[in-house]
Amino acid sequence: MKEAEQTIFARPESLTEAVTHYCPGCTHGVVHRMVAEVLDSLGVRERALGVAPVGCSVLAYNYFNCDFLEAPHGRAPALATGFKRLRPDMIVFTYQGDGDLASIGMSEIIHSANRGEKFTTIFINNAVYGMTGGQMAPTTLEGQITTTCPSGRNVAQTGQPIRVVELLSGLVTPAYLERVSVHTPRHIIQAKRAVRKAFRYQIEERCFSLIEVLSTCPTNWGKTPEEAVAWVEEALIPYYPLGCRKDPGQKESTDEAV
Amino acid sequence: MPGVTIDKNHCKGCELCVKACPQQVLGMSKQIGLKGYFYAELVDGSRCIGCRICAVVCPDVAIEVHTHGTSFVLFDY
Amino acid sequence: MAKVLMKGNEAIAEAALKAGATNYFCYPITPQTEVAEYLSRRMPEVGGVFLQGESELAVANMLFGASSTGKRVFTTSSSPGISLMQEAISYMAGAQLPAVIVNIMRGGPGLGGILPAQADYFQAVKTGGHGDYRVLVLAPSTIQEAVDLMMLAFHLADKYRNPVMMIADGMIGQMMEPVEFPEKYEEPPLPPKTWAATGAKGRDPIIIKSLYLDPNLLEKNNDILHDKYERMKKEEVRFEKYKISPKNEILLVAFGSMARICQTAIDELEKERISVGLFRPISLFPFPEKAVLDEVSKKNIGNVLVVEMSSAQMFEDVDRAAKGKKPISFYGRTGGIVPSPEDVSEQIKKLVAKRKPKTGKKAGGRK
Repeated sequence: MKEAEQTIFARPESLTEAVTHYCPGCTHGVVHRMVAEVLDSLGVRERALGVAPVGCSVLAYNYFNCDFLEAPHGRAPALATGFKRLRPDMIVFTYQGDGDLASIGMSEIIHSANRGEKFTTIFINNAVYGMTGGQMAPTTLEGQITTTCPSGRNVAQTGQPIRVVELLSGLVTPAYLERVSVHTPRHIIQAKRAVRKAFRYQIEERCFSLIEVLSTCPTNWGKTPEEAVAWVEEALIPYYPLGCRKDPGQKESTDEAV
Repeated sequence: MPGVTIDKNHCKGCELCVKACPQQVLGMSKQIGLKGYFYAELVDGSRCIGCRICAVVCPDVAIEVHTHGTSFVLFDY
Repeated sequence: MAKVLMKGNEAIAEAALKAGATNYFCYPITPQTEVAEYLSRRMPEVGGVFLQGESELAVANMLFGASSTGKRVFTTSSSPGISLMQEAISYMAGAQLPAVIVNIMRGGPGLGGILPAQADYFQAVKTGGHGDYRVLVLAPSTIQEAVDLMMLAFHLADKYRNPVMMIADGMIGQMMEPVEFPEKYEEPPLPPKTWAATGAKGRDPIIIKSLYLDPNLLEKNNDILHDKYERMKKEEVRFEKYKISPKNEILLVAFGSMARICQTAIDELEKERISVGLFRPISLFPFPEKAVLDEVSKKNIGNVLVVEMSSAQMFEDVDRAAKGKKPISFYGRTGGIVPSPEDVSEQIKKLVAKRKPKTGKKAGGRK
């Protein structure tokens, strides 16, 4: 008797059937799936509320099977704060890019983290403004070429790239802050654990949680998808070390590299 | 016998799965999907071990993995 | 309930609670900070949400998020703070979210001053954000009216699923007057808020947004908004008349505290047998255009004088509404200077004198 066929990997229920608008090889898609898988496994899809930013993931609401709000550029943490304060029983998450969170929205994310707002932020760091065609972002690396620093980022004029997880870990209010990457299968598996832990902390009403995900932007980096994931390893990770910076569960962890 | 199905119209031909497959059983088709991308396809199904790595790295959830009976569970995901 | 002597800012806060709005986000700014201080004490008593944000900009966006739950939400600020809220107000209008925003106005522009003014008329009535949207604007002239309009604002915000602003100058915020509150705000029934984001349980996801990349869909959204604003123009025009009679030679048009000062001037002039009437718009959007035209067109009215604590903003709407029927002049002070009844009377007497040069020469003779 032939064993019944078993599906061991399929689209999570929290992810819609839509074909995304993201460029081929852009790892936004991997993070979307990961968040949806976590919503499924924790059984919170039906009480989840996502807040989409302005940026490549501005259309995130088309890809998740849960209620969504669309925030003005940089203001997703404020919308999440307002919503979560009135509906603490719902699982609220913001999904933001580096321009949205670390540039125009820096005040909102710092104060939301400092108030210890009990929502979860998925922060995509791909070192450029993707949607608008690859401009310099606060996270653009020194010497990295973008459409607004064509001869490479000059840190003497524009300052050094911002390490958001480290920046936020300086706040005294407890939080769960971890930087992960999705450029190899192993890293994707570990990233999903961090995302799951973040949402679990929210379910337990423990603390604010932010996962910074190093992500690729093949189009605006001018690389193939394969070159892009390699560049994450060569260039992004050395400047943005992976690991947990703050976790209310354990003692303050130092740079425990993954 | 484990195997994968690839949705030709979700695949955008980024080739990340082809590069990531430890068994090198995936390749790029000469055909294009609805959006004009060459899609990935199973080249040698007999050597697929159902490890799911291709599906894990796929940014477009274009890959479903099936198995009968035993399959290699290298990691829990 | 019995009358109680209350400061305007605190009365406005209590009125919101009476309307079931127990979710307040705020940022300190003179001259309305007492609203926040009052609610920081009261909100816990009623089990509501009180949160002081990091800026008015953040607060207005918290309002967007909070309103998406379907509950009644509000904020209060003053002129510079309201400027920071404009983007979020445009988003709330585009996403059809109800919210009440109170502006206790102070002198501008820029940091300006902290004394009363009405110089945010354009910002409120013509809207200070981007895109084709309007905000229903109400303007009280007494603290009791501020209480009544505050409660009404929540009803109208839900009725039209649109932000509603109440604008009053600093005096109304800072003054104390006896006010009376209802046990509970009685209001006509409203449809259930099926649009609220309550979790996609047993239904498709609800997406609250203002983004429509397809121009046809964005235009359709604009048409929906436009229809609401047309409905407001039919159903929500509010104004008050004071001593309007066929004997009036001059018609004053003023709103908020300025209108009360005009009333005193009118009473004084009556003793000197100068008959003046006052038309006071309460809804600034929708502006009472037809009613203004009716008053201005009356034969007995020789001149119209618009009086504001600004440099002629509502004046433009009065001028437009009057369709050139009568000469319209303006008197106003800015910077926080509040004209006295005597100032107003003096302006009226000048107008009256100009109209009747009886001393021998025929009116309008060649000179």
